[in-house]
Amino acid sequence: MRDFSYLRASSAEEARHAALQVGATLLAGGTTLLDLAKCGVIEPETVVDITHLSGLGQIAVNKDGATIGALARMGEVAEHPQIRADFPAVAESLSLAASAQLRNMATIGGNLLQRTRCPYFRDPGTFSACNKRSPGSGCSAIGGVTRNHAVLGTSDSCIASYPGDLAVALVAFDALVDLGSRKVAVDEFFLLPGDTPDRETVLERGEMITAISIPASAAAKNSTYLKIRDRQSYEFAAASAAVGIEFEADGRTVRNIRVALGGVATKPWRARSVEQALAGKVLDADAVDKASRLAVEGAVAHGGNHYKIELAPRVVARAILTMAQNMGVLA
Amino acid sequence: MTIMETRKHGDAGDGLLGTRYSRLDGKLKTTGGATYALEHPVKNLTYAVLVQSTIPAGRVVKVDATQAAAAPGVLMVLTPEDDLGLKVASDWYGNRPENQPFNPLPRDVSFNGQATAAVIAETLEQATEAARLVKVSYEETPPVMSLDDPNAGDGKVVDMLTVAWGDAEAAFAEAPVKIEAEYRTPREYHVPIEPHGLTVKWEGDFLTVWEPSQWTHGMARTYAEWFGIPYENVRIVSPFIGGGFGSKAMGYAYSAVAAAAARTLGRPVKLAVTRPQTFTAYGGRAATKQTIRIGATENGVLQAIVHNGASETSVFADFPEQTGAATPLLYAVPNLSTRHRLIPVNTVTPGALRAPGKNPSAFGLESAIEELAYAIGMDPLELRLKNYADHDYQSGKPWSTRRLREALTEGAEAFGWSRRSHAPRSMRDGRQLVGWGIGCGCFPVLTAASEALIRVLGDGSVEVVSGAIDMGQGTYTILAQTAAEALGVPTEQIAVRLGDSSLPGATVAGGSMLAGAITGAVHKAATAAREELIGLALNDARSPFRETGANTLTLADGRIAVPSGEGPSLTLAELMSALGRESIEAQRNTLPEGANGPEDHRRSWTTMANIQGPTAGDLSMHSWCAHFVEVKVDEDFGTVRVSRVVSAFDCGRLYNPKLAESQWRGGIIMGIGQALLEEGLVDARNGRVINNNLGDYLVPTNADVPHIQVISVGIPDHDASVLGGKGVGEVGIVGVAPAIANAVFHATGKRVRDLPITLEKLI
Repeated sequence: MRDFSYLRASSAEEARHAALQVGATLLAGGTTLLDLAKCGVIEPETVVDITHLSGLGQIAVNKDGATIGALARMGEVAEHPQIRADFPAVAESLSLAASAQLRNMATIGGNLLQRTRCPYFRDPGTFSACNKRSPGSGCSAIGGVTRNHAVLGTSDSCIASYPGDLAVALVAFDALVDLGSRKVAVDEFFLLPGDTPDRETVLERGEMITAISIPASAAAKNSTYLKIRDRQSYEFAAASAAVGIEFEADGRTVRNIRVALGGVATKPWRARSVEQALAGKVLDADAVDKASRLAVEGAVAHGGNHYKIELAPRVVARAILTMAQNMGVLA
Repeated sequence: MTIMETRKHGDAGDGLLGTRYSRLDGKLKTTGGATYALEHPVKNLTYAVLVQSTIPAGRVVKVDATQAAAAPGVLMVLTPEDDLGLKVASDWYGNRPENQPFNPLPRDVSFNGQATAAVIAETLEQATEAARLVKVSYEETPPVMSLDDPNAGDGKVVDMLTVAWGDAEAAFAEAPVKIEAEYRTPREYHVPIEPHGLTVKWEGDFLTVWEPSQWTHGMARTYAEWFGIPYENVRIVSPFIGGGFGSKAMGYAYSAVAAAAARTLGRPVKLAVTRPQTFTAYGGRAATKQTIRIGATENGVLQAIVHNGASETSVFADFPEQTGAATPLLYAVPNLSTRHRLIPVNTVTPGALRAPGKNPSAFGLESAIEELAYAIGMDPLELRLKNYADHDYQSGKPWSTRRLREALTEGAEAFGWSRRSHAPRSMRDGRQLVGWGIGCGCFPVLTAASEALIRVLGDGSVEVVSGAIDMGQGTYTILAQTAAEALGVPTEQIAVRLGDSSLPGATVAGGSMLAGAITGAVHKAATAAREELIGLALNDARSPFRETGANTLTLADGRIAVPSGEGPSLTLAELMSALGRESIEAQRNTLPEGANGPEDHRRSWTTMANIQGPTAGDLSMHSWCAHFVEVKVDEDFGTVRVSRVVSAFDCGRLYNPKLAESQWRGGIIMGIGQALLEEGLVDARNGRVINNNLGDYLVPTNADVPHIQVISVGIPDHDASVLGGKGVGEVGIVGVAPAIANAVFHATGKRVRDLPITLEKLI
């Protein structure tokens, strides 16, 4: 790896200022940065260490919602009793992610910015074409081994899937990313690849995630995260779903349902058409099954990932039915 | 140099052979005290980093190393331009072409990921960065990517693997029940947690190599021949190995590059193969395909097996992954033919990976047998017992010991097989379809000579010394137990020294044969040492026993005494002191009488030429196993979870049941990976293995491994080895993948014939 200069930021202001330089990269848990630097994908000239900034690691939960500092570790958030109580899908998405060792190191802010696991993105020495790495160079994944690539939100430029779990839960519950000077909805924070897959978020140079806030809701409290994969631990999702449901006072009619998908799309994927199809309805297995199929509307397969179009709706349906059963709504 | 101190743990019993003594190296490994090859401290060290090819076939036209050579800290860049002055070394069997140059960085490229250059620098970081600056230009030629490539052709039949008796085609044609299917296994990799690499140091014409090695003597020979120096000038040091599984029994191209660089530079070199590079720095298990036709009567009596298999190999060397290795051995069948083809493709030459041959072979046959069971509506256990082979149909010889029937019946009993309902999809647990399956396995008993030294020291302690290795299977431990038993000395008094080619010769830790070979040598040397001690005690003028009139003495619990119990009783230390001896040594080997000269030693320790196969004598000798597996398959998601395993083994006498069980479980866990997760994903456009890391090449995690009950049904087999054991290390994986595939069929009604059984094959 290339030599770089190292700066330990003593304030958020200093970190932002340093991050304005071309070639500067923020260092938090380092689990993605070190990995991608070893692959030769990221070649920082300056590494700005923000791990010593105070006040960015707190987790606060009250009746309005949760605020999670950007430097809180994945493991801490997953184990936090109030997060587990009020936002179970968020806690579960974290405890099902990565490995225990990674969860102990990786931060929440860094987790949102986790890069894709596309093997073509990760191997610049062999595959020079990657629009995400070098804009305009082409996409090596299209026509290659695509078992884990996205079927939703793809473009001719990029079919890499967003790998994370947490952001899927966050997008379901309208969480906001706090950038200090502005707050952005998670759904808007992530960008579709379009013609510019190198641009993955709305984060501007010199901006830094300071916290994530999740508004409290009955749906978030009655939520779950279901992650399906071949290996039972330490594997990215073949398909996953974050689901939260609030019923009307009758205990049967859906007042509010949230559905988001992971492992199948180029960004954390809110499945609003599924939500709309079920809102105001009385849940039954057929209705759930039908609605869940809407989750993959517009999906496009590229070779080996076609199974995701079949799998994702089943994951959504199971998550909804499991929640409904747990809440005593369905037998 | 490593001396293992022995300690009892838990309920270890007396530490003698056959007891559950804990691994002597366990504490060192778990506390970080064990020093692996790449951790060995060497002064004035330099670092080498490999550059691998990015095309599958062609020629290196030019290597532009200008930038790399000018990068900070760079000492040397090696490319195909450099004549390293090496000569081709012998193959495993000791065959060596005359005076043929060996270039470990060849100009011709025959697979993606082949070593094409190396950078040596003052630090690892400098070498790594400079390696990325090496610009290689290629001239590409059309590659052959896989067994399925239209240009792959049919390859060549490997005649020595053809087996036939009776008239299999005719008997198959006439059989009332026929099944036919093709089974496939993908490229699989060893992925030991200790990656490959080495530290090398020259002192004049003497070369020391710290490199994980399953065979110190064989690898020492390879280096000696590469560099044209005497065998005695090379020392391979390998006290600890973080997993080998067949991949650490030879020197590879990168080994030669590191040693050549060290010689040229005049400084020690460390070369660590990166995890992605390990996928092509040496070969994993070759992809295979095999067609099996079985003809049977309507009540399930086998009439014929017709088997045609193929495996891929590289375009420059033949390594057959023998799809027919287990096919002739498992069942009584009056007519059989099996044939294996080798198909060259642009891959690294495949290598030996835990139970080479037997493993994919059993996947085919044991899947096909259950297909037959369902075709005729018979319980798969009953079908297997009905066609039980009472002798080896291939060689015509009787089995030495074959407790496969006991393995099947005792395994079935422990598993609760009788509670099974036969129809597919007939057992479930909520949304989980439940299935049960069986897979049998075998592994041949290979026999080889080895040598060991026993040294009794003045303080009464005993050293066991051999160049054999311990890669986790327990050599240190069972040798201490062997010596303790033969000498009558507590295990705590025994230290074991292994893993160094300068120590007495040993055969390769491969083919599940090391334990049988080296315990024989240690037992012989320890018995000789005991006899010498007793002889001296009876006859030496200084011995207090001389006047007792005894004509023999007992040696037990570390004390030497008169059998009657009267007269003196001395500790070994007291005896040694009385004798005025600082040490007594006995070095013995198990070479046949009349074949104990220097050339016999060279052939036996440094080549595989003298290894005897399972039917070399009058008997057919194998280890056997039967696996019973329960899976739960999610009916919506196609995810397979192994929920229960019961496996019964006949590996003869167990020298240490705790370690044998651990090896069996390890094999079963690897089998779970093979069945459900492992597959080298190759980009068909350029031959790159794209999941070349532990995040993407999936092996089982603890969460994927259920409780595994293992049962030993073996009895001592003294034809197989001096002390009655048969091979333990490899048989455990054989039959696991078909047992899982069979259970998946029972659960779902879907027969998956190509591994791994990933979820998209079931939804």
